[in-house]
Amino acid sequence: MTTVATDFETIIGLEVHVHLTTASKMFCGCSADYAGAEPNTHVCPVCLGMPGTLPVINERAIEYIVMAGLALNCEIAEYSKFDRKNYPYPDLMKGYQISQYDLPICRNGWLDVEVNGERRRVRIQRVHMEEDTAKLIHRQDPVTGERYSLIDVNRSGVPLVEIVSYPDIRSPAEAREYLVKLRQILRYIGVSRANMEEGDFRCDANISLRPRGTDVLGPKVEVKNMNSFRAVFEALSFEERRQAEVLSSGGAVVQETRGWDDERKVTVPQRTKEEASDYRYFPEPDLPPLRLSREWVERIRQRLPELPDAKRERFRTFGLSEYEAGLLSEDRARADYFERLMAALEGEPSRRAKVAANWMLGEVARWLNEREAEMEAFPVPAERLAELAMLVERGTITGQVAKKVFDEMTATGEAASAIVERAGLAQISAADELRGLVRKVIEANPKAVADYRAGKEAAVKFLIGQVMRETRGRANPQLVHELLTEELQ
Amino acid sequence: MELTADQVLHIAKLARIALTPEEVERFRNQLSSILEHFAVLSEVPTEDVEPTAYPLPLENVMRTDEVAPSLPREDVLANAPEQEDGMFRVRAVLE
Repeated sequence: MTTVATDFETIIGLEVHVHLTTASKMFCGCSADYAGAEPNTHVCPVCLGMPGTLPVINERAIEYIVMAGLALNCEIAEYSKFDRKNYPYPDLMKGYQISQYDLPICRNGWLDVEVNGERRRVRIQRVHMEEDTAKLIHRQDPVTGERYSLIDVNRSGVPLVEIVSYPDIRSPAEAREYLVKLRQILRYIGVSRANMEEGDFRCDANISLRPRGTDVLGPKVEVKNMNSFRAVFEALSFEERRQAEVLSSGGAVVQETRGWDDERKVTVPQRTKEEASDYRYFPEPDLPPLRLSREWVERIRQRLPELPDAKRERFRTFGLSEYEAGLLSEDRARADYFERLMAALEGEPSRRAKVAANWMLGEVARWLNEREAEMEAFPVPAERLAELAMLVERGTITGQVAKKVFDEMTATGEAASAIVERAGLAQISAADELRGLVRKVIEANPKAVADYRAGKEAAVKFLIGQVMRETRGRANPQLVHELLTEELQ
Repeated sequence: MELTADQVLHIAKLARIALTPEEVERFRNQLSSILEHFAVLSEVPTEDVEPTAYPLPLENVMRTDEVAPSLPREDVLANAPEQEDGMFRVRAVLE
């Protein structure tokens, strides 16, 4: 038992920065898709901060942040504006960042997270719009030892949304779950790729400990440089232990910024300016304010797709288990495929749901896992997979044969019925055709027959298997079972 | 309004300007008199006035999300005193 679990309560708040998937940058027409581009090739006078240039707001970015705000249960401001945040780093050529200070577009939202079956609500303080900064690369001259920095302005001006939670998170596991859920929602509504490894979903954390049962807030430590969900979990777990040790030994936690060292699995103090930041925010004079009419916001709300939690609940009503519904609704492409598959099947809704779920979580999941592929890469349209599923449902082919046909379909794109016909894979359901084969198998396996007669029920399974092998999986297993029992009497 | 020498030094630091003690005193006087000149604004009664973030009668000025050509890289870097590997080179920036 650690001291963390007994003496202290952990308080975590998260700040997440997300790139929006707009075509152009936030305030100019440069392409926002800079991944893999040569340095300084997605740059124009506006993102270079040239004198006389003016920023113009990208309308789609505003739509996207409102979508995100609505999906995170936020209030959408009727009146919002941009502000200048001034600071001396050379990562924005203008010398300031266009951000939002006191009138963010979205505020007062929440996100429910579930850890170990317990559901807790994490409140979201604000969601605001800003521009990303240029990328700095630090180098050292091998001869003189002089340190210097290089600037690539491609990323500068890419639409960036900052999502700030209240300090409502109580454990590293909850923090990870919050991020997983946040990323899932942003991907569902299609406003961000939200890929943490590629830097379009970044997270900083504030963490402090307090004696259990009190409500004072201790000095908080800001943790940066966490580049995966795993890193967030590990860094916060480390910081939780470290602070508990400091406090348990009578020490005081220093309010500071620490960076996660993913190699050594520790957080280390980061060098920061000794005095408090003075950003001198003031209203951005180059951008007229935004007035977001309620009608416009409502139209955007109408366009929001069904969110993962709602989808999972709806899938449950088809008679699927919590586990099945959870997996099927996890990813929007997977959920959409499942629904198309289900719609293309015939029969009772609950049966169609069950059959579709079995295919999705069985063969389709296996195919994707083997290739480490996403649902989008699956080559067989849902309607075609439905045809295969129905061949099994109607008894035309066996489940065993279906797997072979599935492999063939994914490889060649051929229709299930065509494969079955061409390869003669239709199920043998004629008793006359099978009886001779059953007798042959009985003759060839005296040991199994003796076992069966001695009361070993399992022996019949072996004999069924032999018949299936002889027919390359085409025999109707129920019928084979019936015939075997008959012949063995 | 009288500025203190510390306030002047703070402003100088934010602007990344080094000042001699004589300059601190000179700018303290000059900046103080500028502030004094504008102090007259604080006499205007503003109780019934909505805060104004933007003075012109404009709202919702936006552009459609369309990509326009960027500059050729030679032009981007044309004014850079130093460059390396297609990037601007500057003095070391502490992370």
